[in-house]
Amino acid sequence: MRKVTAIFVLAVIGFYMISIIATIPFGVKRDNVGQHYLKNTVKETGAVNTVTAIVVSYRGFDTLGEVTVLFLAATGLGAILFDKKSKKRRLQHASLIVRVGAHLLYPLIVLLGAYVFVHGHLTPGGGFQGGAIIATGVLLMFMSYRTFETSHKVLVYIESLAGIVFVLAGFSGLIWGNSFLQNILPAGEAGTLLSAGIIPIIYIAVGFKVGAELTGLLDNLLKTIK
Amino acid sequence: MVYYVTALLLILIGIYAILTKKNIIKIVIGLSIVDSGVNLLLISIGYIKNGTAPIFSLKGLTPDQMVDPVPQALVLTAIVIGLGVTAVALSLVIRLYDHHKTLNINKIRKLKW
Repeated sequence: MRKVTAIFVLAVIGFYMISIIATIPFGVKRDNVGQHYLKNTVKETGAVNTVTAIVVSYRGFDTLGEVTVLFLAATGLGAILFDKKSKKRRLQHASLIVRVGAHLLYPLIVLLGAYVFVHGHLTPGGGFQGGAIIATGVLLMFMSYRTFETSHKVLVYIESLAGIVFVLAGFSGLIWGNSFLQNILPAGEAGTLLSAGIIPIIYIAVGFKVGAELTGLLDNLLKTIK
Repeated sequence: MVYYVTALLLILIGIYAILTKKNIIKIVIGLSIVDSGVNLLLISIGYIKNGTAPIFSLKGLTPDQMVDPVPQALVLTAIVIGLGVTAVALSLVIRLYDHHKTLNINKIRKLKW
């Protein structure tokens, strides 16, 4: 009975989705706001990566909200899983090969993450991706060395500081410019590391924030294993 | 076109898993399959035939041959939100398991339909 109901619901949803998607042609060029961004991004922001320019500059306020959502998710997870008793992860090491491999790879993974978020305005990638890469490196260490600990206090400080940098970058636009998150620094020469004004600053802050948040989230989840 | 079909199939498979599965972790997996389907749908709407990534890193790239960057920026947001949703859902699952000692939603009272 449950399956019949489910298939009926799926048929209704599928019918309406097909009839909507059928009106959207695939693979054709559209004359919309995307074309405006593609034509003017390098001129207006100095960032080579259009997606980064949209995420951080044109729709920077959205990104501030997105970072807040991620922060709330991490905080909510910590609040749900809060437990006075189980503070330690189970003490059990992985095999020697995994431990040595993790030890070799961990600094390289963190370096790659830092590279990805520092070059967010030049290459594919950015703060969220770089932060996620750093968190995977820390997860590798968590899995191979069960005694590997991250200081909760340091994580909270990194997170708060990064958030404050983002908001201050926004207010600097309000003070020296016209609007919140306005790009007040010079755009520089497109394609170089020191270009695109406040975009790299914000993306570096986002990278630190996301890395610290995801690390705390993984730590919270792993501590519940009994 | 195959991207639209795949995205639609992913969304429907995810909803089917949410509606019929009894293990609560499988329901969370269903949620994240729907998430991937929606992301794929948005990205493929922005696709242009033979388009390149919207990054002007090489000389000689013109805006005419690039895919739409707006859906990509939207999906970047959607992925992060999906991650947050999955993390919070899994933490709730952990708490439910602590309380009821089972993951079967039929055995957890007030959760069956």
